[in-house]
Amino acid sequence: MSLASWPATSTPPDPVSAEGSPGEGVEAIAEQVFAALADPSRRAILAALAAGGPATATDLAGRLPITRQGIAKHLALLAEAGLVQAEPGERRRVRYRLRSAPMRVAQQFLAALARDWDGPLDALREHLDTGGTP
Amino acid sequence: MGFPDHIERTMELAHPPVKVWAALTTAEGLSAWFGQEAGIDLRPGGEAWMTWDNGHKASMRVERVEEPAVFGFTWHIYGLPDDDPRRTYVEFTLEPAGSGTRLTVVESGFAQMPEENYRTAYDGNTQGWASELGELASYLDAA
Repeated sequence: MSLASWPATSTPPDPVSAEGSPGEGVEAIAEQVFAALADPSRRAILAALAAGGPATATDLAGRLPITRQGIAKHLALLAEAGLVQAEPGERRRVRYRLRSAPMRVAQQFLAALARDWDGPLDALREHLDTGGTP
Repeated sequence: MGFPDHIERTMELAHPPVKVWAALTTAEGLSAWFGQEAGIDLRPGGEAWMTWDNGHKASMRVERVEEPAVFGFTWHIYGLPDDDPRRTYVEFTLEPAGSGTRLTVVESGFAQMPEENYRTAYDGNTQGWASELGELASYLDAA
């Protein structure tokens, strides 16, 4: 990641140009992740793949309180969104693997929300006002 | 813009830029308000760090030093794995305001990675893991 691709100054981006580039791609990806996670069945499927590694729809139906048909439907949707990947194989033996890339994009979104500048800046003001001499 | 790429805060401080600068760019200053302990090599490319009582550690790389007006560094994105190459850029700007300072902090780069890059980078990573585990299995089988 080259520093040159970042704003070199603290000038705020103008809202129009901020709409188009790179934020938009990551926004769409993050949205798919959060939409997938909003459904308890899909959340359970993703959690099972994260915990136990690649699995077939039949494996998952054995482990989760969801019918095989339900699992298959959700897996198709998750594959379409790029959140799981089907490994090549004979039809009923196809194993699905979690794709971590979109999850990491969603983590970026959460990182921005979780970043707390207000607390440290309050502490900075207090440090200066109480005559702290660094 | 739903995905926040920039976080920005501006505050007025009743102290001159030189004093605010010291609080931002010295180990003594940083450890007094930001980290519990801190160290800094104040030059572009220099390393800086902060630690907290809960065991969390931040490692920074100093990027801009324009005393007493601009101080910039990059750091790891909190919450992402330690080996993740993405970093955000934090820039403090100090402007004289009366007898005090207007301090602006901008952290940018949360939405930095375009889709095509991330697919290549992370699919590579995923396959890397799968093949490393495969190599481990072959190594153990051969032993």
